[in-house]
Amino acid sequence: MISLADILTLLPESFLTIAICALLLLDQFLKPAQRSVTHYLSIVALAVTGWLVLQQFGEPSAFGGMFVRDGIAILLKLFVLLTTALVFVYARPYLRDRALFVGEYYVLCLFGVLGMMLLVSAGSLVMVYLGLELLALSSYALVALNRDSPLSSEAAMKYFVLGALASGMLLYGMSMIYGATGSLDLGTIHAVTASSTQRGMLLFGVVFVVVGIAFKFGAAPFHMWLPDVYQGAPTAVTAFIGSAPKLAAFGMAYRLLESGLDGLGGYWQLMLALLAVASLAIGNIAAIMQSNLKRMLAYSTISHVGFLFLGLVNGQPEGYAAAMFYAISYALTAVVAFGIILLLSRAGFEAEEIADYKGLGQRAPWYAFLMALTMFSLAGVPPLFGFFGKLLVLKAVAVPGTLWLAISGAVFAIVGIYYYLRIVKVMYFDEPEQGATAIARPADAPVRMVISANALALLILGITWGPLYGWCAQALGITK
Amino acid sequence: MISLAHFIVLGTVLFCISVAGIFINRKNVIVLLMAIELMLLAVNMNFVAFSRYLGDPAGQVFVFFILTVAAAESAIGLAILVVLFRNRSTINVAEIDSMKG
Repeated sequence: MISLADILTLLPESFLTIAICALLLLDQFLKPAQRSVTHYLSIVALAVTGWLVLQQFGEPSAFGGMFVRDGIAILLKLFVLLTTALVFVYARPYLRDRALFVGEYYVLCLFGVLGMMLLVSAGSLVMVYLGLELLALSSYALVALNRDSPLSSEAAMKYFVLGALASGMLLYGMSMIYGATGSLDLGTIHAVTASSTQRGMLLFGVVFVVVGIAFKFGAAPFHMWLPDVYQGAPTAVTAFIGSAPKLAAFGMAYRLLESGLDGLGGYWQLMLALLAVASLAIGNIAAIMQSNLKRMLAYSTISHVGFLFLGLVNGQPEGYAAAMFYAISYALTAVVAFGIILLLSRAGFEAEEIADYKGLGQRAPWYAFLMALTMFSLAGVPPLFGFFGKLLVLKAVAVPGTLWLAISGAVFAIVGIYYYLRIVKVMYFDEPEQGATAIARPADAPVRMVISANALALLILGITWGPLYGWCAQALGITK
Repeated sequence: MISLAHFIVLGTVLFCISVAGIFINRKNVIVLLMAIELMLLAVNMNFVAFSRYLGDPAGQVFVFFILTVAAAESAIGLAILVVLFRNRSTINVAEIDSMKG
């Protein structure tokens, strides 16, 4: 039975659903010149949803445990909403230059956000699947948003096929877990797996679930789709796919592995450890060879996923809190990196080759400074945000038994510094090419302000990382 | 007598055929879409068999959700296919390789 409390608990999601439908309808009546209305209304919708999330109406759990609202869900939802709002702000000039400034972009992104919100609140395998598919189906369509680009449609096809394969793997694992435990509810699965002795079928299911999660994260060796999608998709879409879904993927991994399959921790932790080391190695080494900045950032994502997995390997609340902190720091940093690519691009000029950044330090010192700040944060240079994410994750695995993981993490972090510093070198020490375009456009002033604030926040959050980590720790029930 | 094991084996065989269809196929993207559908149907077979065996209707409800999502998924897949064909004039898997590295 649906009670009023259930509906109140789901108020943020319900509001967002209604807002998306209203926006889709409204957008049909707008002239192309009035498209900014859709843009501002979608940011307002995100803000109101965030406010509703903070109000925490209703109960901590609704619909018989299908929907869970704990500290993790609230924190992840807030950062998903914030990151998406930032992407919308950065994407607007890019979309307008390319005749991609259409309502579909906003509606599909918002549906993706809705999927992420449901995913991080999932209390049952059905909810995990539905949230994931809502996000994935929106993302496939978003990648193909630029219908006249052969690269975009090719990327969308690859993303679709491999994404569907991943969903199939995940579902097959879920069916095995359902067969072994007799329940779709993650709480019941947790109770059964903790006590069961017949583990054959359960383990079979766990392997498929871990493969499905690794595919969705883009962890090596299941990362084939990620570089192509990052490169082929319009940058405005890459910015969305490359930031907020990482938070949701952390939420999904936490729900499935910790809330559901904790009893089999010893098995999936080993699998994640291997995936983590493979991702660190392949991501960092392949990134060195890239000449396309978006593709380099894709390989950098793979290596960051490796770090995130290191936090999950630990299996302790401290490790999860570190992984969550890492996911948040990565999302907020990646969004600046893509934001700067978006700001530097023009109609007919994508600014996605590393060579396009030659001499940026002379042409646009402020952008170059922001980009350098972002690259240092991604590389994990203190005192920036990214450094503390890496530090916390390495601290969580630097215990007897998993020390080799901490050492390989540190080694590959040092390898990674090379290609981030290459961008800084290109910007400050290479001469600009003949005919390199001027940068500043007066119309971008609000965007410039937001991106500056976002990049400087990486510095400020790096220096004062305590409160954010405190929230992560509190969400996971760590009492100091 | 058909036991649960028979259904699970059938589900596994269908699943393996579909995975092989995705990886071996180098000719046609439409075959990929068919393999994806087959994969979801293999999972459905598992869910229905377990649900019947456990006497728990939740698994069959999940199947309805999977079928619905599969319909939406093939709609999007075919839409992407149409866009791809317009841009590249081919749906040959081996020729969709302009990005590497």
